[in-house]
Amino acid sequence: MGMTLTEKILAKASRRSVVQPGENIWVDVDVLMTHDVCGPGTIGVFKREFGADAKVWDSEKIVLIPDHYIFTADERANRNVDILRDFAKEQGIKYFYDISDRADFKANPDYKGVCHIALAQEGHTRPGEVLFGTDSHTCNAGAFGQFATGIGNTDAGFIMGTGKLLIKVPATMRFVLNGEMPDYLLAKDLILQIIGDISVAGATYRTMEFAGETIQNLTMEERMTLCNMAIEAGGKNGTIAADQTTFDYVQARTNKPFEAVYTDPDAQFYSDRAYDVSQLEPVVAQPHSPDNRALARECRDVKIDRVYIGSCTGGKTEDFIHAARILKGHNVKVPTYLVPATQKVYEDLFTQKYEGQTLSEIFLASGCIEPAAPSCAACLGGPKDTFGRMNTPEVCVSTTNRNFPGRMGEKTAQIYLASPYTAAASALTGYVTDPREFLS
Amino acid sequence: MSKVIRGVVFVVDDNIDTDQIIPAEYLTLVPSKPDEYEKLGSYAMVGLPDRYGKFIAAGEIKTSYPIIIAGENFGCGSSREHAPIALGACGVKVVVAQSYARIFFRNCAATGELYPWESIERLCEEFETGQEVSVDFDRNQIINHTLGKVYDLKPIGEVGPVIDAGGIFAYARQTGMISR
Repeated sequence: MGMTLTEKILAKASRRSVVQPGENIWVDVDVLMTHDVCGPGTIGVFKREFGADAKVWDSEKIVLIPDHYIFTADERANRNVDILRDFAKEQGIKYFYDISDRADFKANPDYKGVCHIALAQEGHTRPGEVLFGTDSHTCNAGAFGQFATGIGNTDAGFIMGTGKLLIKVPATMRFVLNGEMPDYLLAKDLILQIIGDISVAGATYRTMEFAGETIQNLTMEERMTLCNMAIEAGGKNGTIAADQTTFDYVQARTNKPFEAVYTDPDAQFYSDRAYDVSQLEPVVAQPHSPDNRALARECRDVKIDRVYIGSCTGGKTEDFIHAARILKGHNVKVPTYLVPATQKVYEDLFTQKYEGQTLSEIFLASGCIEPAAPSCAACLGGPKDTFGRMNTPEVCVSTTNRNFPGRMGEKTAQIYLASPYTAAASALTGYVTDPREFLS
Repeated sequence: MSKVIRGVVFVVDDNIDTDQIIPAEYLTLVPSKPDEYEKLGSYAMVGLPDRYGKFIAAGEIKTSYPIIIAGENFGCGSSREHAPIALGACGVKVVVAQSYARIFFRNCAATGELYPWESIERLCEEFETGQEVSVDFDRNQIINHTLGKVYDLKPIGEVGPVIDAGGIFAYARQTGMISR
């Protein structure tokens, strides 16, 4: 019997010829990622369990990325970055993307920003490999045809000491997307459509494998947007088969060898769904759940107070290009916050052009707030002084990934999740708006 | 050894995510530091909508509800281990939900902080906050003393002994899987 992409990766990582859904197996880990929020706790578990003088299993396979609470006066948050720095030094961790000068992030050449995008950008996401991270959106990296999932501090501490983890093999739910992508749709619309269909628990304990000609035509950044949100359906991981698009992206960023694997034609799926994307319309997830789907045009009477464009799933270079396409030549009606995921994305805002103007010029001309320093920022609320945080019960259209109560700060704030097109169109009207109103 | 946990319940419904269990602004607390572990506990469930009432009384750092009753998909959202830890740190012993999000369930076992039992029936619509219940580990049952009714639970299975031991590391040592 054939295996799925996920099963093949896990078979290889557990040194078996075959694995089946439901089996508990020990896997060898290729990369462990942690950040400033869960890193200190992970390090605490590692030291408690393996000893104060213990050495990590492999100093080149652990990636430490400060990204969550960086630009804040919160002393504990600042201390947590110091803990990462001390540990990186003590253990000789090769990949630590440090920030020491918080006043000017540009003065920190090593600082990247949001971990999931930094991992991809720095060549740590490779087809066929196993990546664990202390962050639920680690599933982002499934876009590269790898197995990637989020874990807690204790499991991460175990990996730090041993390079292994005991996991259950997930059954695979396949989503086949065919048809030509309409000009007004983005990957965020596709994943919000799917989550709305299967619910926030619809893929619990399972892999979401995305396939079909629509997926093959997506860029790497759009594929990441899709896989990033597998967790919002409860999925263990998301996957997309590697192809030339993947190889071009990865090989431009790393020389490390990798081996892509593919789903067999006779693989077994837990479920199999097909979509004709040419029939889909722009959607939003209404408060307070990522599966509370509505058509953007059905929410035209929802008055909003602000728009937020940022995060791992909605603050990549292409996300800003998409927003610029809508915003160019118009004025925003509500405060519009822009948070590039990484320092590279930030630079792109000042160098990449859309119809003759840089993205930054377009945003400032349309009245957006100046782009902020790259980090997770208000996607998950954070300390009270976090840029863009919802501190009052306002209504926000956001390109982020989650909208349960309190996700962006104030627990009665209302968050509408949307694509960068829909978010930008909403900024221009002050209401939740279908981007087709601004696309001719 | 028979095991029964008795106490007053706090009832919530579906999709209680980790931001409601422990809002992200408190994630600067590092759970492996004992004083911060305690403090984390004092913020447990503070992100819940106000209609649920207070999970921890004003001025207290521990809850008077050792048992939580929930609907589907309890603990969804982030992978933050701070969620089961905050609950355990403030005195929660057991959650009885219809179902759990994957990472939360795993983190319960990994940390040994609390027992994630699964109910067969939708208890969150039958039970009310403040009722007195017992969870009987040998019979796989929950008894609502206020209602005078008994409900079967799904067996907790191999996760039970791991939590008894105090988490995966303690369990692995106890059973000889790891030496030190």
